[in-house]
Amino acid sequence: MLKQKDLLGLYELSAEEILSVLAEGAKLKAALRKGKKQFSDLAGKSVVTLFYENSTRTRCSFDLAAKNLGANVVNLGVATSSVQKGETLIDTGKTLDAQQNDYMILRHPVAGAPRLLAKTVKAHVINAGDGMNEHPTQALLDFLTMQERFGSIKGLTVAIMGDISHSRVAKSNLYGLKKLGAEVRLFAPSTLMPFGLDRMGAKICRTREEAVEGADVVMGLRIQLERQHAGAFPSLGEYAKYYGVNETVMKYAKKDAIVMHPAPVNRGVELTTALIDGEQSYIEDQIFSGLAVRMAVFKALA
Amino acid sequence: MKLFKNAEVLLGGELKKADLLIDCGVIRKIAPEIEGDGYDCKGLTVLPGLVDMHVHLREPGFEKKEDIESGSRAAVKGGFTQICCMPNTKPVCDNKVVVSYIVNRAKEAGLCKVHPIGAITEGEKGETLAAIGGMKSAGAVALSDDGVSVTNSALMANAMKYASDFGLKCLCHCEDKSLVDGGVVHEGYYSTLTGLKGSIRAAEDIMIAREICLAESLDLPVHICHVSTYSGVQLIREAKARGVRVTAETCPHYFILTDEAIKDFDPNTKVNPPIREEKDRLAIVEGLKDGTLDCIVTDHAPHHEDDKNVEYNYAAFGISGLETSFALSYTALVRSGTLTLAELTDKMSGHPAQILGLRGGKIAEGEPADFTVVDLNRQWTVDPKKFVSKGKNTPFTGRKVYGSVKYTVVDGEIKYEEK
Repeated sequence: MLKQKDLLGLYELSAEEILSVLAEGAKLKAALRKGKKQFSDLAGKSVVTLFYENSTRTRCSFDLAAKNLGANVVNLGVATSSVQKGETLIDTGKTLDAQQNDYMILRHPVAGAPRLLAKTVKAHVINAGDGMNEHPTQALLDFLTMQERFGSIKGLTVAIMGDISHSRVAKSNLYGLKKLGAEVRLFAPSTLMPFGLDRMGAKICRTREEAVEGADVVMGLRIQLERQHAGAFPSLGEYAKYYGVNETVMKYAKKDAIVMHPAPVNRGVELTTALIDGEQSYIEDQIFSGLAVRMAVFKALA
Repeated sequence: MKLFKNAEVLLGGELKKADLLIDCGVIRKIAPEIEGDGYDCKGLTVLPGLVDMHVHLREPGFEKKEDIESGSRAAVKGGFTQICCMPNTKPVCDNKVVVSYIVNRAKEAGLCKVHPIGAITEGEKGETLAAIGGMKSAGAVALSDDGVSVTNSALMANAMKYASDFGLKCLCHCEDKSLVDGGVVHEGYYSTLTGLKGSIRAAEDIMIAREICLAESLDLPVHICHVSTYSGVQLIREAKARGVRVTAETCPHYFILTDEAIKDFDPNTKVNPPIREEKDRLAIVEGLKDGTLDCIVTDHAPHHEDDKNVEYNYAAFGISGLETSFALSYTALVRSGTLTLAELTDKMSGHPAQILGLRGGKIAEGEPADFTVVDLNRQWTVDPKKFVSKGKNTPFTGRKVYGSVKYTVVDGEIKYEEK
């Protein structure tokens, strides 16, 4: 279903490829919903997760997805591996390749690292987030949730609010949503809005209300405390007050709009607790979609 | 005695058919026809020996990347008869011992003339002045903390004043570290697209402006290294117009490439300052044309493949440039009609020699026989595998260029001959 050996980003995928993964993801999600967790598509295959950054849910989601498909999974702890002894990514990749791994799931703080690994190894490389570049499976799971909720992504208006600058999630969403025919609006403090996203098809909004007005989806992005320390805004309190999404802001969205977030959420910062736990929230569904869509990605690369 | 016959020689800014008679390292005679057998240079062009006032030879300390001999070999292959090496070695070239070491190693290599540049501050740490007088006596031709700016403005002012007592100029790497903040590329569309951390033009411009302000206040000369921004060009242009004694250089990658080059994450595009946008590229070309930018240098920064074949953020900054600079510049600037051959030669020979007070940069009777014989019509393809520099790191692989060096002559000796 995917033309390339690897899934490095949505920038490289066509709308057809994205839709095919979503279709498979929807089927798998339906099966999972019925309690079926045993599949054999990856039986006899080995998968290694290689995380150079901390993550619990993404890693867990990939791990479960591979196991559900019948694969053997090894989780390589970078902190305890030879990476700590100064081994390069290329050498680590060659070692894992020699061990006949079929899939390598890489999360890395440097943009472009999955591409470097993919060039080096025979295994399929799946990008689980690289620096400020892309997080393709996160965007795909977001799309699966949106598609299930609204039937189609085409014509949707999606407002993404938060730390756009450092967000690989925002970029993968932008690339994919534009390909699928959605309108993408971005809102962030000026200190957290990078150059050039308008050239990539986003509508850059100056106020929360402008971003949310008539939106079908309002997606909050995590604000990291270290951004405050870097001087991007004075405090989380001030962020929440002037940039966060609350019930008042949400009133500008469509009545049946949904609230999304890649999680983990800072309650009361990017989204209020009432929205996180409210009826419009699809945050838990996103996690569920994550499992299904990652299974679909494994199958699509098989 | 050596005779070079039937060449087109760049004499006083014009190409003239002439024969050159060389004796005892000096150009003895230039005439339309000199009797005798010699090197037939029919169809070739003789230029004053190229001078690169900004290279990194890595020795002492980083001989895995380059050494004085391999760097000198790359220089003469690129047509350079004189090069000036930056002090960011290990140990840093901040005293006369290291200066002498470099001078001696260059003599042993016996290829091109190598002029050490001493550090402005001890260890390039920006804290106290390096032993400037001692370095000058040992052969340093200029001062620079290349790789960093001297952050403390008062110290920089003192450095410029003290250096002037010894007839030395400060060559300023302009970078406000707080603005760069870990950036590895230019901040713009392509930094957003790749997700690589960018730094804005102001990170360079602020320091260019400060050096100009110091030079203006003190009425002293200053030289700005590797200008990459359109706004930096404008700052220098305006300063020159009101009489500030500022000179400036740029590099081929800044007037040929744009930041689009980073989109495939090739670490060979990683250089400091970063490759910027088309408007910057155009302004650099304009700055070369109107004289705002005096020189073209390589900022030759060779690295071992281990330093480049890693994730972009972890890769070393720098481009190996000595063997491609002339052809890249000639192709991009002269064949395009932007500069004349004489103007290009001034940027790559006469001006850097003048700025540093070096002999050279012109072909005339009685001058040292430092010249470069080139075939301007020969097209070739950049292939780092053929580099003699240890640094194969270039973003120009596969690029077709015009102009190949046939002979490089230093003090009358043929130090490079194209095979």
